[in-house]
Amino acid sequence: MLAVSTALTRRAALGLALVGGLMLATQQHAEAAAKATATIGMAIEPTGLDPTIAAPVAIGQVTWQNIFEGLTTVDKNGKVQPQLAESWTISPDGLTYTFKLRQGVKFHDGEAFDSSVAKFAIDRARGADSVNPQKRYFASIDTVETPDASTLVLKLKQPAGSLLYWLGWPSSVIVAPKSAENNKTTPVGTGPFKFVSWAKGTKVDLARNADYWNKAGAAKLETATFRFIGDAQAQAAALKAGDVDAFPEFGAPELMASFAGDNRLATVIGNTELKVVAGMNNAKKPFDDKRVRQALMMAVDRQAVVDGAWSGLGTPIGSHYTPNDRGFKDLTGVYPHDAEKAKKLLAEAGYPNGLTFTIKAPQMAYAQRSAQMLQALFADIGVTLNIETTEFPAKWVADVFKAGNYDMTIVAHAEAMDIDIYARDPYYFNYKNPAFNDILKKVEATSDPKEQEALYGQAQTILAQDVPALFLFVMPKLGVWDKKLKGLWENEPIPSNVLSEVQWAE
Amino acid sequence: MIALISRRLAGLIVTLLLVSALIFAVMGLLPGDPASIILGTSASPDTLAALQKEMGLDQPLIVRYFGWLFGVLKGDFGRSYTYGVPVAGLIAERLVVTVPLALMAIVISVVIAIPLGVQAARHQNGPVDWIAGLVSHISIAVPAFWVGLLLIILFSTMLGWMPAGGFPGWSAGLGPAFRALLLPAIALALPQAGVLTRVTRSAVLEVMNEDYVRTALSKGLPQGRALWQHAFPNALIPVVTILGLQFTFLIAGAVLVENVFNLPGLGQLAYKALSQRDVVVMQMVVLFFSALVITMNFIVDLAYLVIDPRLRAGMR
Repeated sequence: MLAVSTALTRRAALGLALVGGLMLATQQHAEAAAKATATIGMAIEPTGLDPTIAAPVAIGQVTWQNIFEGLTTVDKNGKVQPQLAESWTISPDGLTYTFKLRQGVKFHDGEAFDSSVAKFAIDRARGADSVNPQKRYFASIDTVETPDASTLVLKLKQPAGSLLYWLGWPSSVIVAPKSAENNKTTPVGTGPFKFVSWAKGTKVDLARNADYWNKAGAAKLETATFRFIGDAQAQAAALKAGDVDAFPEFGAPELMASFAGDNRLATVIGNTELKVVAGMNNAKKPFDDKRVRQALMMAVDRQAVVDGAWSGLGTPIGSHYTPNDRGFKDLTGVYPHDAEKAKKLLAEAGYPNGLTFTIKAPQMAYAQRSAQMLQALFADIGVTLNIETTEFPAKWVADVFKAGNYDMTIVAHAEAMDIDIYARDPYYFNYKNPAFNDILKKVEATSDPKEQEALYGQAQTILAQDVPALFLFVMPKLGVWDKKLKGLWENEPIPSNVLSEVQWAE
Repeated sequence: MIALISRRLAGLIVTLLLVSALIFAVMGLLPGDPASIILGTSASPDTLAALQKEMGLDQPLIVRYFGWLFGVLKGDFGRSYTYGVPVAGLIAERLVVTVPLALMAIVISVVIAIPLGVQAARHQNGPVDWIAGLVSHISIAVPAFWVGLLLIILFSTMLGWMPAGGFPGWSAGLGPAFRALLLPAIALALPQAGVLTRVTRSAVLEVMNEDYVRTALSKGLPQGRALWQHAFPNALIPVVTILGLQFTFLIAGAVLVENVFNLPGLGQLAYKALSQRDVVVMQMVVLFFSALVITMNFIVDLAYLVIDPRLRAGMR
């Protein structure tokens, strides 16, 4: 340094300025590490903050396990864990669930949690006026009884083997009689964070709940902010400028490489529950012929779709199930890419000269690009695919989902463990298979996890063979965050941003 | 003057009524039901019916329209389906971002374009004219959001001088708020400045060839004074017309730039309301835009009176 200062040439001055700048920068970082606040970026702003009255996953991604908690919860491995219910017993016939509730739990406004609150929340979700997006999951409940303040008894009409799992969902969180009405704008829960404010279009602020019931699981951060940035370029800029500390679900795979040179940021690629599937109208010719659907599946090189549509990030799937889900089987080998076989099967089904149909693809990048990849791959077997962009969600829900007016479509199904959609009637696939429906009924009839997993395996296999939809890939969870920020989930067995363990490392 | 204002006011009210009816009709015809967007793909029919009842969507469109209209007359603009808060507050929150942004962009655009356009006209076919032409053509051709991206890369990511986007709110202080708006304002201003330069140049050129300017020059007035005192005021009418159009465009059309800079402006609100079929919000935003366009036209007309004494004479 001395030597330099004796001969202050222009270049040396510049060098000094750079060194000074670097020192300043590292100083700022040291300050950042000491702070107890984190800003988490999200692409989509939630519509309201009450997960029990609206479906968008962004609502749960802000509130679930941060503000609101359930009787049970789902951990980062997708396993059911006790939460506001500390234990439970299930009668041998599977019809009576007796929950022992945690005592001393208070909502953020001071209201106490007890069995009457739990009953209120469950009755609100299953009642006649309920607008709960997953009301069907409460359909098996016959009566809710509260023998004392810390005991809750659910009597069922028929066994529901997945009930404990469903009770852990964002749509099943426990809300209180006094505050439930206003949860859409000012959510009040029992979780480790309290709601502070919501600047519409910009951010939601949370603060640590000092009176949290679970001292071991209390929040490490003093405050946390969710910032909403829709544009992927703006997300990248905010990360690089340090305006946000983490983007757990970064929007654009093609920009992931641009973080490689950044020493401050880590990229963590995990799995989501988002299954990208190209559904077919199974009630409509030619898709009512299993062979046509199988031929189309064989025309698809899944890895090529992942490469072309999502920069090679994402895991090919052979059924409507993800590697996060319990009892997962890799079934990509049932109908692997084989254009020759596909052509033969198509000819066998009566289409030796190929066929022409339309895919209604939403405007989102993954859907448009995947549709273009399918178009190219289908061309190899003589199938002409027309792409019709369909506005999501409004027009898609009206045209495809409700009216069933389509040949093929493509969307990412966000809900966890939703293989049962193929047994729903009506549902937009118009897939009807009594054998499949029976298996899912058996899943609910047992509460033995081993048996359930075996049944889920059978269900996956039936879909892989029947191909009611082209099973393409699971969307990756493109995490980008400050290397010093610890405790964010790598995978996402339930769409969420659980912040209780998040903290800055020294 | 009073007749002019009252005529405009009546026109405004009739236009707003027509526009509001039109929006309701169009939103009614658009495919997509707000309730099924909110409840997603797992909702059962009875849940959907319960929500539609709660939102009043089970009523016929015409009943909903008049219900909304009477609400507005009583000062109740309705609640957003998506946010669950009153629409008036939602729009006010966005205006404190969008209006200052548009004003900043207009100022920047004027500061660049007027001198450049006048100088280009003064030195027609000279190097200044040539450079002004090139610059304005480039700035018109380059989309504002792309300029925005370049500005972010340079000033936020590489140099770290400016925030990369977002808006801290005016409560954070004038300094941070202006800093947050500066880059987007520049991005918005450049294409507008390009247009304005071209308009200014051709307007000034036109009046420069008028007889009175030639007279002024031949009686020995220096060229600069002839230009600023005689030609420029007479060239202002087209310039002000364009400015009026640009202001409404900047309020209503900044969606892309707002996206790139992640600014919670009115454009973003409108876009989101449309995709969620949030009719109540759409209604108010579009009505606001309509009122703005009509009011801006009116202000431009008033400005003509100030600029052009002949029009004032005609009024008497």
